[in-house]
Amino acid sequence: MSCDDVLIHALIDGELDAGHARTVEAHIAGCARCTRQVAAYRALRQALPVRELRYAAPASLRARIERTVPVPARTDRRTLLKGFFAGGAVSALAAASVAFVVIRQGRDDVILGEAISAHLRSLQADHLTDVPSTDRHTVKPWFNGRIDLAPPVIDLTGQGFTLVGGRLDFIDGKPAAAIVYRRRVHVINLFVGQGLGVRTRAPRLEVVQGFNVLRWNEGGLDLLAVSDLNRDELEEFGAKFIAAGRGATS
Amino acid sequence: MAPDVKDDDGAAQRFRTAALPYLDDVYTLARYLLRDPHDADDAVQECFLRAFRHFATFRGGAIKPWLLAILRNVCRAEYARRHASAFMQSDEDNAAEDCAQGIWQEAAPSPEAETLRHLDAASVQRLIADLPPLFRETLVLREFNDLSYREIAEVIGAPVGTVMSRLARARALLQAAWLAEEKET
Repeated sequence: MSCDDVLIHALIDGELDAGHARTVEAHIAGCARCTRQVAAYRALRQALPVRELRYAAPASLRARIERTVPVPARTDRRTLLKGFFAGGAVSALAAASVAFVVIRQGRDDVILGEAISAHLRSLQADHLTDVPSTDRHTVKPWFNGRIDLAPPVIDLTGQGFTLVGGRLDFIDGKPAAAIVYRRRVHVINLFVGQGLGVRTRAPRLEVVQGFNVLRWNEGGLDLLAVSDLNRDELEEFGAKFIAAGRGATS
Repeated sequence: MAPDVKDDDGAAQRFRTAALPYLDDVYTLARYLLRDPHDADDAVQECFLRAFRHFATFRGGAIKPWLLAILRNVCRAEYARRHASAFMQSDEDNAAEDCAQGIWQEAAPSPEAETLRHLDAASVQRLIADLPPLFRETLVLREFNDLSYREIAEVIGAPVGTVMSRLARARALLQAAWLAEEKET
């Protein structure tokens, strides 16, 4: 074998199986350069005062987490209400009408916030697609068995929105299909899921944390298109997607 | 907690038992990723809230990588929010990797590398904090969070091969920075 520092590190870290470890060790034994490298990296690891370099979470943070974590899972709502009523000892009946508004608003914010987070995450290196393909006949079947719904995958390349691929994502703790399109340098994540709080068939555009979000419901599925694309073009995307979907039997 | 939600209380208890022992691990990664104690506090709290909310979907296995992956997502979202364009961030990362790969090929170790002088913890922390983000996170996950290559791959959502080359680069960069620091002092 030739000199390969990646393998030297794997050896030092105990990540090689016995066979590969022997091969690498044999090479190192006969190679002055690699012998030096091994010594240098062992020295580096030894010099690292690992214990002192780790951080201990401040007691205040630990206390804050311990206070918040035992709140039962389905009470995101309760937390919101508690804040709202400062103590929460208010009769639910008396508060019902106000509470309803608070809950809807809270849920909606959570979903939109998570859609934006998912969009941002997808823009990081290597996170955009699980199945990179411009062919909807590749993207659509990829979701089979990965998610309990059949997301509409529509090729809009001819209309200026290039299909880039698909990805499995999570919004509000539920799996959602992300279908990814590109318009020039702008990425559009189209999230398709259920129970994402969309109540209208007519697409509605909102600005959330500086991103444009277009939401609509189609055939029982909630669709959220998130992008930094300008609002006119995102609305154009929505219109074309809906027109193509209603026209074709994909 | 209200007595009518026993199941949820049980889940909360299970979550606490499983996840809280890794609070320091999560916090350490947050400090190195965000390089700011207040931001780290917020990110860790958000991480545990999200983890708890999604605990039902956790399919078992090691919980530490799962928590660290959530923390990393929280931090990256925070980082992207801080910088106006998320595109620039990923370009920056790519550029860092490209450029690092360039240096990598010609990197010849100096013989004196074998004898690194002792540096105090604060200096080493600063050297690590100055590494480009992708190398920094891989190094921290390995050295301070004690993850295996496979677990790191899980956390950062990249193949094991990528983990290996990033870790090799991270150590080479840290070593170079360490030697430079020695010369200065």
